[in-house]
Amino acid sequence: MRSIRAAATGAVTLSLVLAATACGGGSSSGGGSNDSPKTLTYWASNQGASIAVDQQVLQPELDKFQKQTGIKVKLEVVPWTDLLNRILTATTSGQGPDVLNIGNSWSASLQATGALLPWDTGNFAKIGGKDRFVDSALGSTGAAGKDPAAVPLYSMAYALYYNKKIFADAGIGQPPATWDELVADGKKIQARGKSALGAEGSNPSENIHHVFVFAKQRGADFFTADGKPDFTDPKVVDAVKSYVDLMAKDKVIPTGDAEYAQNQSVSDFAKGKQAMLLWQSASANLKSQGMSEDAYGIAPVPVISGTPGPGTQVDSMVAGINLAVFKNTHNLDGATKFVKFMTSDEEQKVLNKAYSTIPPVKSAQADPAFSTPANTVLKNTFTTSAAALPQVASESQFETAVGTAVKDLFADAAAGRAVTTDSVKAALQKAQQQMPAA
Amino acid sequence: MTTTTAFKEPVRHTTPGAAAREPRRRTGRLRRVSLPYLLLLPALLLELLVHLVPMVIGIVMSFKELTQFYIRDWSTAPWSGLGNYKVSVDFDAPVGQALLHSFYVTVGFTLLSVGLCWLIGTAAAVFMQDTFRGRGLLRALFLVPYALPVYAAVITWVFMFQHDNGLVNHVLHDQLHLTGKPSFWLIGDNSFYALLTVSVWKGWPFAFLIVMAGLQNIPRELYEAAALDGAGMWQQIRRITLPSLRPVNQVLVLVLFLWTFNDFNTPYVLFGRSAPEAADLISVHIYQASFVTWNFGTGSAMSVLLLLFLLVVTGVYLLFTSRGRRASADV
Repeated sequence: MRSIRAAATGAVTLSLVLAATACGGGSSSGGGSNDSPKTLTYWASNQGASIAVDQQVLQPELDKFQKQTGIKVKLEVVPWTDLLNRILTATTSGQGPDVLNIGNSWSASLQATGALLPWDTGNFAKIGGKDRFVDSALGSTGAAGKDPAAVPLYSMAYALYYNKKIFADAGIGQPPATWDELVADGKKIQARGKSALGAEGSNPSENIHHVFVFAKQRGADFFTADGKPDFTDPKVVDAVKSYVDLMAKDKVIPTGDAEYAQNQSVSDFAKGKQAMLLWQSASANLKSQGMSEDAYGIAPVPVISGTPGPGTQVDSMVAGINLAVFKNTHNLDGATKFVKFMTSDEEQKVLNKAYSTIPPVKSAQADPAFSTPANTVLKNTFTTSAAALPQVASESQFETAVGTAVKDLFADAAAGRAVTTDSVKAALQKAQQQMPAA
Repeated sequence: MTTTTAFKEPVRHTTPGAAAREPRRRTGRLRRVSLPYLLLLPALLLELLVHLVPMVIGIVMSFKELTQFYIRDWSTAPWSGLGNYKVSVDFDAPVGQALLHSFYVTVGFTLLSVGLCWLIGTAAAVFMQDTFRGRGLLRALFLVPYALPVYAAVITWVFMFQHDNGLVNHVLHDQLHLTGKPSFWLIGDNSFYALLTVSVWKGWPFAFLIVMAGLQNIPRELYEAAALDGAGMWQQIRRITLPSLRPVNQVLVLVLFLWTFNDFNTPYVLFGRSAPEAADLISVHIYQASFVTWNFGTGSAMSVLLLLFLLVVTGVYLLFTSRGRRASADV
């Protein structure tokens, strides 16, 4: 009897303790602290061909950091499909990493949550100052007029990757510089039994990156100057329709690509089934799929006419990864040191070479490795003809709503249904109505 | 076993010590009465913690304007009263319309899926009732879809449904020439049938298993007697098998309904985070309304509405079926 009672008391106590600890989690709404100065947790985005590749690239650098500072960095590489959800969960619970990678287009959305440490002048001074970074990269770190929510880490730009052999076989000497040329070349390529251009029709983010550039080339924006969605502007409708028409009307994108969302178009290109690919910093990915660097050429993404540049000659989004510090960190000084380490000239060179990206740090860009013909195209695009995606709080909702609308339009095109100005406008109107009222 | 002997103790005493013993006995009885509850307490607390607390938090959230600006410290989110509910059920506005559309799709999908699962499961169980060579093997084979991990099974279907290299198009188009050109299964209108196929494939073995267990309880004599009276196979099924399975079916259909209606894994793995309109099931729709658009208040309101709907359906269903059963028991 006594032992049963003891057991019962024990169980009750245990469950009470469990209840208390489970409820005791949650947000400590204050800023960061320096409670645990010897460790850091770092969430890296998946930049390499696989998570294992990322671990191989990053671990030696983290060991180097530990040697210099005595701070041990616990690395977790988070796949892209999970990253935003993980960050949202961390934001809600207040339990997250100390330092993390974010897609640079999320900067303004995440900035609005207040979960990330703002990079004011004082914080920037700790990592060597704001002017170490390229302007275009800084343009995608948060809403205008606010302290950046993150600092640039890797920069990328879209380029046209083309298969040299298929081009030669089809008698094409130069990669296309305008969309009309691209369509004409595409016909020649298709006549020889290859597919012309790849797309990831079911991937909302990819769709957004392209229709954004198409809109820029028509002098249009998805948001008004004061940050309100304006998806049904006739020029925006024209931009979206023109992109989908590459499949629906011009037929240079195969209908099968409408359901691609797992980078199948990159594989098609690597296998030599498809002649052209519009992609950001694809070299490392193509290499891992066994395509040799001599087999393909890199050219700027086409424009409507003329050559790439600012304004309506924009031919890429400012793509890239930013590094952010979680405001609830328990090692604020260590986190800042880590950001300084990762954006130092030496690390910038090592990491950007490994990922075939461009360093957003000016002094690191000078390294000859970033002046190969391929990297020169990407570097020039990034610095002269790339525009940042809208830096508004509802950016991530925009990606989902409009990206899904384009996905549905591709599905229509694939099923042989007509894609008209009216159907495009209706799809965009619906997307706009799903946006938050703010 | 001190407890039993304590009861047999003679109670009435008039000795001087009796008054002193009385309170002690009362605490003893209190202890006896309260011990079971004390033992239940941990389970009760954990039940509260695991089930009720999150549910209550969800309901509270549905009354808040919980957007990206407040998720960091959601106690600061402003109360929105019935605002989130109004948005969800305003069927003239896009959010309400989309929810209603998703609801219709889900109802249609659930009815078809549950119906087919039950039909195939019951038919297979009836056919497997008689012993024959290889019955055990077939039974085991039938249960495979149910035993496979959902993700692995559904991702295999994704490969099979692919437009360019998928097995389904290879068979339907390349070999049987049933379609003029390869069809899309994962986007557009066909996605509904793709989803239904996977759902039935995954769900019918459960129906098969339950009905098979139910069939074991039907006495063989009934069939023998019926056969002597000249009843054919079809009549035996209609007059003996189905009525005997009634209580089993009552639970089976309810469970299948709830599982299918709430199924999240199948559509999510099949279509990713933005499902095609034709296969926009309500669970994924709510997920999208909250996680993808970062509006957790509206998402919670939709979840509460879904909960209420399922409660009503379950209540009405149980009321009707058990009344029917009681009526047939009276006869």
